[in-house]
Order: sequence, then C-alpha cells, then structure tokens
Amino acid sequence: MSNDWVLPVLIMLLKSVALLVAVLIYVAYVIYADRKIWASVQLRRGPNVVGPWGLLQSFADMIKFVVKEPIIPAGANKGVFLLAPVVTGFLALAAWAVVPVADGWAVADINVGILYIFAISSLGVYGVIMGGWASNSKYPFLSALRSAAQMVSYEVSIGFVIITVLLCAGSLNLSDIVRAQDTSAGFVGWYWLRLFPMFIIFFISALAETNRPPFDLVEAESELVAGFMVEYSSTPYMMFMLGEYVAIVTMCAMTTILFLGGWLPLLPFAPFTWIPGVFWFVAKTSFVFFMFAMVKAFVPRYRYDQLMRLGWKVFLPISLAMVVIVAAVLEAAQAWGWR
Amino acid sequence: MLLTAAFFWLFAIVTILSAIAVVTARNPVHSVLFLILAFVNAAGLFLLLGAEFLAMILVVVYVGAVAVLFLFVVMMLDVDFAELKKGMMATQPGLLVVGLAVAAVVVIELVMVMGGWLHLAQPLAVGGVPLSPGVSNTQALGLVLYTRYFYLFQAAGFVLLTAMIGAIVLTLRHKPEVKRQSIEEQNARTRSGAIEIVKVRSRTGVEGA
Repeated sequence: MSNDWVLPVLIMLLKSVALLVAVLIYVAYVIYADRKIWASVQLRRGPNVVGPWGLLQSFADMIKFVVKEPIIPAGANKGVFLLAPVVTGFLALAAWAVVPVADGWAVADINVGILYIFAISSLGVYGVIMGGWASNSKYPFLSALRSAAQMVSYEVSIGFVIITVLLCAGSLNLSDIVRAQDTSAGFVGWYWLRLFPMFIIFFISALAETNRPPFDLVEAESELVAGFMVEYSSTPYMMFMLGEYVAIVTMCAMTTILFLGGWLPLLPFAPFTWIPGVFWFVAKTSFVFFMFAMVKAFVPRYRYDQLMRLGWKVFLPISLAMVVIVAAVLEAAQAWGWR
Repeated sequence: MLLTAAFFWLFAIVTILSAIAVVTARNPVHSVLFLILAFVNAAGLFLLLGAEFLAMILVVVYVGAVAVLFLFVVMMLDVDFAELKKGMMATQPGLLVVGLAVAAVVVIELVMVMGGWLHLAQPLAVGGVPLSPGVSNTQALGLVLYTRYFYLFQAAGFVLLTAMIGAIVLTLRHKPEVKRQSIEEQNARTRSGAIEIVKVRSRTGVEGA
C-alpha cells in the first residue's frame, strides 16, 4: 500500500479539525461578546456569573442544552425534523473550508472559493424551510416561508456585490482577492473605499442574509412566537443557534476578505507588518462583528414589506447599476492604459 | 487516484439512489429533498471531472434557488396522504402508460446522443473548443462564452427574459377590491399632517375643546 495519499489526507483532516475547533471557540466568545455589547448599550451587565466576567457562559449554555431532553412533537415529520438542524450546522461549518485566515492558511485554496461560499450560504435556506415544515405547526411554517423569501431575495444583491469585487480582483480565489487589495496605500487601497456603496450594501445584505436584527423577522417574537424554531428544544435547538452564529461569523469573515483586505496589515510598513496575518484577520472579523452587534442594539426591527422593498427595489437596482459602472470603468481603464 | 475513484462511486451511487427515491417516495416533500440530494451529488461528479465552475453554479442555481421554489410549491399543496398510500397503480393506471412513454423517449434520445458522441469525430456542428493549459475552468468558460458563442449566449438570455416576463404577465392581477398600501403616501406623511394636538378641558370630550 502506497503512502503517497495517506499522509496528505491525514494532514488535511488535522487541519480541518484544528480549524473547526478554532472556529467553534471563536463562535462561543462571539455569542458572549454579542450579549455583553447588547447589555452595555442597554446599561446592563450581561452574563457575569459563570467564570471570571462570565467568560464561560457560552460553554455553560452548551452543556445545559445538551443535557436537556429533546422534545419531538407527535405530529412532526421526525426524519426531516431532526435533519434540519444538522443541515444548518453542517453547512455553516462547511463554508470555513475555503476561508484563508492568513496567506496560504486556507484548508482548501480552491479556484472558485467565493462561489463555494456563496453556494453553501445559499443552501442555508434549507435548514429553515425543513425545520419550519417538519414541525407541523402553523407559526414555524409561516415563519419558514417568510424567512426563506427573505434569504433568497438578499442573496441576489449579495451576488451582484460579489461580482463587482470579482471584476476588480479578476479572480474567484479568495486568496487572490485579498492579494489584489495589497497596495502601497494600506487600508485606503482596500475595496471598502474603492467600492464604497457596495461595502454598505454588502454589510446590510449580510445582516438580512443571516437573519440578524433589524432583519430578524424569522424570529419576530411579537408576531411569530419564536419563528421556525418554536418546536425545537435542547440539542437540535443548539444546532440551529450554533449554525446561525457560525453563519454570522462567516459573513463577517467574507466582509473582511472582500472589502477589508483579509490578512493584510493596516498599513504596509514596519510596525504593522511585524504582526502576523492571522491576528489582522481575526481583528478585522471581530470589528465587523462588533458592528453587527451594535446594529442589533441600536436599530428597531424592520416591517416585512419594508424589508422586501429594500432588497428588491433599492439594493438590487443599485448593485446592478454598479456592476455595469465598475465593468465600464475597468474596461475604459484598460483601453486608455490607466493600469 | 484511489480517492478519486472512491468519491466517484460514492457520488454516482448516491445520485442514482436518490433519483430513484425521488419517484418512489410517498411524501412529495421527501421527493423534493431527494431531488436536492441528487443535484448536490451531481455537482460532486462535476467537481471530479474538473468542471468546478459548473459544479458551483449547479448548486447555486438549482439547489439554492430553483429547488427552494419547488419546495415552496410542494409544501403548500394540499396533499391527501391516504390517497397516496394506496399507490398510483390502483388509482390511476393510465398514468403508467404515459410515464413509460416519456421514459422510452428519454432513453432513446440518450442512446442517440451517446451513439453520436462515440461514432462521430465531430458530433455536432459546434465542436469542442480546445482548452488552453494554465487557464482555469472559469476563465476558459468566460473566454468562449463571451467571444465565440456570444450571440447564442445572448439569445439564451432573451429566452429566459421572455419566460420571466411571461410568468409575471400570467400571474399579475390587479384586483380593485384588494386594499394596497401606497409606499409613497406613507413616506410623504409628516407630523403636521398626521398628528393634531388638542387641549381637552375636563368632562367636555374632544368636541368641547
């Protein structure tokens, strides 16, 4: 038996496990940070009992979810009911396979990395629809239909925003997209400034795509009890919540890669370049998440028709126009030799 | 190579099994879910062929968008499960003949296409374009699609546009009795137009002010 494929597979497995553990621990603290930031805005203390400053709160919650009894409604479609949270959790984690956390640190540095993430995140809808339908209950079903429509709508504008970035970078590979932002101007040369309106549209669409407030109509307690997860309890519920937060962190990482220069240092000279790329990547992702958390704390929930209107009648035309404008500018630049 | 073969067999077997399950599943929602599984595995087969762009587009378009709409429609159907449990043979034997006829047509067409592929050097008028080495799959597709097949590509786009407009025209109905909100009116409302502040004396009501 030859050893030439056993070793690469083993290394790949080890890398994947290391990345998974890192992402899950990061997500545990992202949940903690979310609650702390929200609490601070409302002049509360937030979680502060379990561990020093409540640092172990997420782990305590996890243990509590796991040891509780899962309840499956009698009328539920059992297979699909249990499959839905697994699908959500699995898809959310699968997206991380292609994310380059530092130069050359992606588990799979594939050519179509960004399409892969886009495809995986577009599959996230299934967890919601399957969970809502299999619960065999009216509120979850209504909520699932509503949030599926929301997620599909905002995917369209996210797709167009990604196209503008791809036009500038000239590659579908995530590492190449980051390298394309590596100019002598440092953070001024990243795409957030060059494609400014797109950055804002991507940020807001990411909020809607991950069902974060102010677009959390999936869970609008006032009208739909608790959305498509009403019937879920214990571990299945935890899988949904985990999947949701992992998807949020993925979107933060995507914003970092597409618009904030991924692992690149703030400015391309001495004191900044000494700090390793992973640090920059994590710092930027955390910054974007901080913005997510602040939006959650500040902005009241949108009405459903306003949400759909924003997606289809505001973001879609703007991003479509920007695709044409960016393509025209790039073409003109090439024709007249500006770059 | 061993791994590639293993993955090929995995994807191929799961594709075929889930395709069979699509037609045999009693519950239509399960059928659509199996269809999605078949799509995802077909995308896996594309990946093994090195057609990474096609694989991803298959997932984005068919699984991420088309199958979601399928699922929407099927979930909202009022399905009589008792009727379904009896089996189609007992209730509607005529459908079996139609099904077999459609299957026969598809099989004959597949054989014709495969036969043409095997026996002719240039199967169709539009032959393959040689792939230049060092160009990624996506780039190669873009280079051919926007140069050599530009008019065909645009024509395909127009066909889809026509279908989309057709669907909208067929389903768009303006019912005068249905109340609709006017967004412009809502946005144009101001404080002075919407709120009136009245000083009310005790025991007189608003009229007494």
